[in-house]
Amino acid sequence: MEGLEQIKARIEAAAPGAIVEMVQNASPSQQHSLKIDNEHAHDVAKWLHDDPALRLDFCSNVTGVDWPDRTVKKTVKVKKVVDGEEKEVTETTEEKIPGYLEAVYHLYSMTHKHGPVIIRMRTADRAVGAQLPSLTPIWRSAEFQEREIFDLYGIRFDGHPDLRRILMWDEFEDHPMRKDYRDPDDYEYEPTPHEEVLERAKRYYTPRPQIDGAESIVEPLNG
Amino acid sequence: MSATIETLEAMERPPVSMGSRLEGELLEVSMGPQHPSTHGVFRMNVALEGEIVRKLKPVFGYLHRNHEKIGENASYLGSMPYTDRLDYFCSMTNNWAYALSVEKLAGIEVPERAEYLRVILAELTRLQNHASLLGFLLNDMGAWGTPLMYAFREREKILDLFESLSGSRMMCDYMRFGGCRVDASPEWLAHARKIADRFPRFVDELDQLIVGNEVVIARTQNVGNVSPELAVSAGITGPMLRACGVNYDVRKVDGYGFYPRFKFRIPLGEHGDSYDRLMMRVLEMGESVGILKQAFEQIPAGPIINPKVKIRAFRPPVGEAYGRIESPKGELGFYLISDGGPNPYRYRVRPPSFVNLTILEDMCLGHTVADVMVILGSVDIVMGEVDR
Repeated sequence: MEGLEQIKARIEAAAPGAIVEMVQNASPSQQHSLKIDNEHAHDVAKWLHDDPALRLDFCSNVTGVDWPDRTVKKTVKVKKVVDGEEKEVTETTEEKIPGYLEAVYHLYSMTHKHGPVIIRMRTADRAVGAQLPSLTPIWRSAEFQEREIFDLYGIRFDGHPDLRRILMWDEFEDHPMRKDYRDPDDYEYEPTPHEEVLERAKRYYTPRPQIDGAESIVEPLNG
Repeated sequence: MSATIETLEAMERPPVSMGSRLEGELLEVSMGPQHPSTHGVFRMNVALEGEIVRKLKPVFGYLHRNHEKIGENASYLGSMPYTDRLDYFCSMTNNWAYALSVEKLAGIEVPERAEYLRVILAELTRLQNHASLLGFLLNDMGAWGTPLMYAFREREKILDLFESLSGSRMMCDYMRFGGCRVDASPEWLAHARKIADRFPRFVDELDQLIVGNEVVIARTQNVGNVSPELAVSAGITGPMLRACGVNYDVRKVDGYGFYPRFKFRIPLGEHGDSYDRLMMRVLEMGESVGILKQAFEQIPAGPIINPKVKIRAFRPPVGEAYGRIESPKGELGFYLISDGGPNPYRYRVRPPSFVNLTILEDMCLGHTVADVMVILGSVDIVMGEVDR
């Protein structure tokens, strides 16, 4: 398979306007990836799927990654003139990187038996802008996996045919795979209609103070 | 999602062509999560027209415990025993997939003997998984008990092997980063060899029970057909993909472990129906026995673990890695991101049976309720892995 640099150059030629960035991976796995911009993601993905030399027809793994807001501290040694004398001073600069969510796709080719080509997309932020184009129209295997990302990370995929929660129940709020997720104290509590129903049911019974009023008894009976 | 009148009204009603059915009446049935043939807590919301499936929506999550989150909060090695609980039929292959990914992430080499042991254990796992799957499938078709007990008789022998090697029958926790946990004694290898040598007898027995069996043929042929195009697009892997005639096996493609050293063939189906999927398992068992025999011939002496790998304070370099293997159910992958800390920043499992369920609806539409059970059985799912 051709190198990632070459693929990047060919994508830019095939999809004009697409912004493709190499994301280096320093680990020994040497699996570098391509970050594609959300606007052209669909076209780029379609091209990767259809290009006869690449033919990445098998989207193996789709997953989300959460990158919350972080500050990167950099200490730089700077030469400064202090009191007329040149000294080496360490300066700390803080850079705030706003958080975002990321979707990572691992693509292989079943036709040519090569891969992986890893593409990733980033959302604008972690709240309102957590939106990405869905690649399910190109690779059906993303259907459930994108639903899982929506469920656990809260990325909304535009153009997904059936975007619902998949592992958590429909009424669940929040996204448990986010780094800042805290599970609620009353985790086991689920609202049920029983209390309401019992209240309504009382209208149809004759009052039974020895049973219905039982919870108001404070003193022990055989006290 | 209970059946309300609104949801029933909103459903599409396909044209009715067959005669003796309740025409135009759609009935919404919730199959599972306690249905005996859903293999765990799996639920399908099915809209039926008479007995014909018109709509099917799988409902997941009854066994969801957020395995990935737990993995992110545990050390790298701490997740190893937990991977056993993913697909609890095949703990050895789960261990291998995870160890392989971490080895990619940290650039760890594995000694030769350990690789051979891994191949042996993975193929033994494949044998027992496929055997029990066939047993369960026949169970679902109404052959209550007997075929399953045949399969379990063989599975028991392999589980005994696992127990004597790792100390546990199903939750083996056997692999480590850069090797395996305990060495196999010569007696163990001799015993395992004997079991592998005798296994073809069972495969033949099962073969005779299934291949020409009129009931099995009637229930499985032309049931749940999948086209190769759909299978590739939907990311189907494992025997289910090869039943459609697509030649893709990670053992051959990636050549991980020492698989390129072994001679084996990849069985391929033709029609992509349930019968082909079932036959894939039978044929793959034969190939696995072949791999095992070669492995027992070739296994060298030597260390079983890379001594350079730190067990405590294991911190892989910053980066990410995706490793995958051919587990008995399909492509099992682990995607790890390291931030240089003692636990993974991102720990993702790519479960084969979860992705294989993507086209469950496509396979079941137009078939009867009884066929749904056969189709689901031939997909081979384990809920520990689907829900994670």
